[in-house]
Amino acid sequence: MMRGAGWQAIRLYAICVYLFMFLPVAVVVLLSFNASHFGAFPMTGFSFRWFATLWQNEAVMRAFRTSLILGGLTALISTTLGVLAALALVRYTVRARNLVATVLIAPLLVPEVVLAVALLLFLNFAGIGKSMPMLLAGHVIFTLPFVFLVVQARLVGIRRDIEEAALSLGASPVQTFFSVTLPLLMPAVAAGALFAFTISFDNITGTLFWKPGGVETVPTQIFAMLRHSISPEINALGTVMIVMTVGLPLLGAALARKLAMKRGG
Amino acid sequence: MSDVALKDVVKRFGSFTAVHRMSLEIPEGSFVTLLGPSGCGKTTTLRMIAGLLDPTEGDISIKGRRINDVPIHRRNLGLVFQNYALFPHKTVADNVGFGLKYRSVARAEAEKRVRQALELVQLPHLAHRYPSELSGGQQQRIALARAVVIEPDVLLLDEPLSALDANLRENMRVELKNIQKRIGVTSIFVTHDQSEALAMSDRIIVMSEGRVEQMGPPEEVYNTPATEFVARFLGAANILPAEALGVSREEIGLDVAGFGRLSIPRAKAPRLAGAGKARFVIRAERLQLLPEDAPGDDRIAVPAVVEAVDYQGQAARYFLRLDERQLQAVNMIDEHPFAEGTTVSLRLRPRDCAALPAEGGRDDG
Repeated sequence: MMRGAGWQAIRLYAICVYLFMFLPVAVVVLLSFNASHFGAFPMTGFSFRWFATLWQNEAVMRAFRTSLILGGLTALISTTLGVLAALALVRYTVRARNLVATVLIAPLLVPEVVLAVALLLFLNFAGIGKSMPMLLAGHVIFTLPFVFLVVQARLVGIRRDIEEAALSLGASPVQTFFSVTLPLLMPAVAAGALFAFTISFDNITGTLFWKPGGVETVPTQIFAMLRHSISPEINALGTVMIVMTVGLPLLGAALARKLAMKRGG
Repeated sequence: MSDVALKDVVKRFGSFTAVHRMSLEIPEGSFVTLLGPSGCGKTTTLRMIAGLLDPTEGDISIKGRRINDVPIHRRNLGLVFQNYALFPHKTVADNVGFGLKYRSVARAEAEKRVRQALELVQLPHLAHRYPSELSGGQQQRIALARAVVIEPDVLLLDEPLSALDANLRENMRVELKNIQKRIGVTSIFVTHDQSEALAMSDRIIVMSEGRVEQMGPPEEVYNTPATEFVARFLGAANILPAEALGVSREEIGLDVAGFGRLSIPRAKAPRLAGAGKARFVIRAERLQLLPEDAPGDDRIAVPAVVEAVDYQGQAARYFLRLDERQLQAVNMIDEHPFAEGTTVSLRLRPRDCAALPAEGGRDDG
């Protein structure tokens, strides 16, 4: 096995890095259950009062609903487009295939703030005002590369002859897609949708640039609240965000594994 | 009546011609094999019949109907693939019943036919398993059941045995042939394995570089190869330069390098028109090795030296030196194989030989 002072040092270093990254998160979660009026140590008691306050805060609840709807629609549109794009590029002969694939993935490579400003300038140039559909379009552009990459990787692994077998047995191309390709693609589709939802749900940079006046999502709401004061309410909201964006994918992965087990591997 | 007919079919991929002008007719109920090395166009031909590729030129008809423009899902064909291609998310019963869903078959009737198909391949007890729980041989039998349950006009088999272990492959080939005979479906089988082709086919179509080299029953293709390619591809053959001396109605007189003058039956050289340069074909299994001092018999005998021995258990492959030429012989072993360096008496019977026109004389179009 690995021994020696060098390895001990590396181990210690790794632990420090993880502590640095996750300790603040742990503190936020911990303080969200603090009974005190101040969002700081020492804790004076365990309480759910800040979650209750959150529940009664009309602005936060509105932001929450906006984020859920935005995330849900982003996931729906991104997943549909991502699956179609992957199908086209993997299964059919497309002219300039590499160029199309690069353009699809580009939003992943361009710095988010550059993309955000670019879209904003474009909207101004085209004379289109900021609106929810435009905000949604921006989120779709951000999340599409993730969905596309996940679905494409899975599609490459689905043997073409399985689809050919379905065709030869009398299923039309559309029937073949829904009875064979899509069920086999489902884990990737679900993963892509989850990705799209969580990325949209905690996106702030693009949203700040694109959101129409008066509309807040959960991240922009937190951002706005921070400007006034550091209320323990924000800790509670942060905890809810963490549960949503970390818990949801974990739940999805567990569900997928369970389904796969049922199917006999 | 022919079930499948190809007329002047050509397939080009860009500037590469995968199948040159090909015409063939496949009789109803027969088992026809497309045999050739990889890249010879056999799979391309099968995929054109299946509707997975469009021919560049020519017509394909099934049961007298031109099907060039009929999409694959309306062709009513059974397709069996090398890698089984079962639907991994469906049970065996759902896999087999898949084609019936698109054929307005009543539910009770569909269940009955699925059961019968599973009984045909002797796996009725696996109906509720998933493909991943089956062995390769079982998966391929399910794939076969799935292809025949729809009562296809033609069964297309694309190297269905190639992914199986050697022993299993031989059992499956007998079973596959039996099932085909029992249901009498016209079948087109693609393989690169000459022993599969010889064992299973009613007719073999040997292909090379997109062209048909020879078409005929297995025995004819094996015993009277039409080209040097066929002679070499179906088992090991020795090909020697020769001179045709004279042709009579019954026989052809040849002067063969190393063996001298001999006469072979006219039927063994159908493409040799008259005197002139020719090639002499003798199969490795038809060259018999005897001890140097063995008494003479009715066969032609020449002395040769064993250069190398490839021991194969019940048989041995010998590499022999005869004058400047190397010959191959495959003989059953009686006690011990001949040792390297031994001089042996090489025997052959003229009726086991065949002759082809000299090289460059491609006259089969």
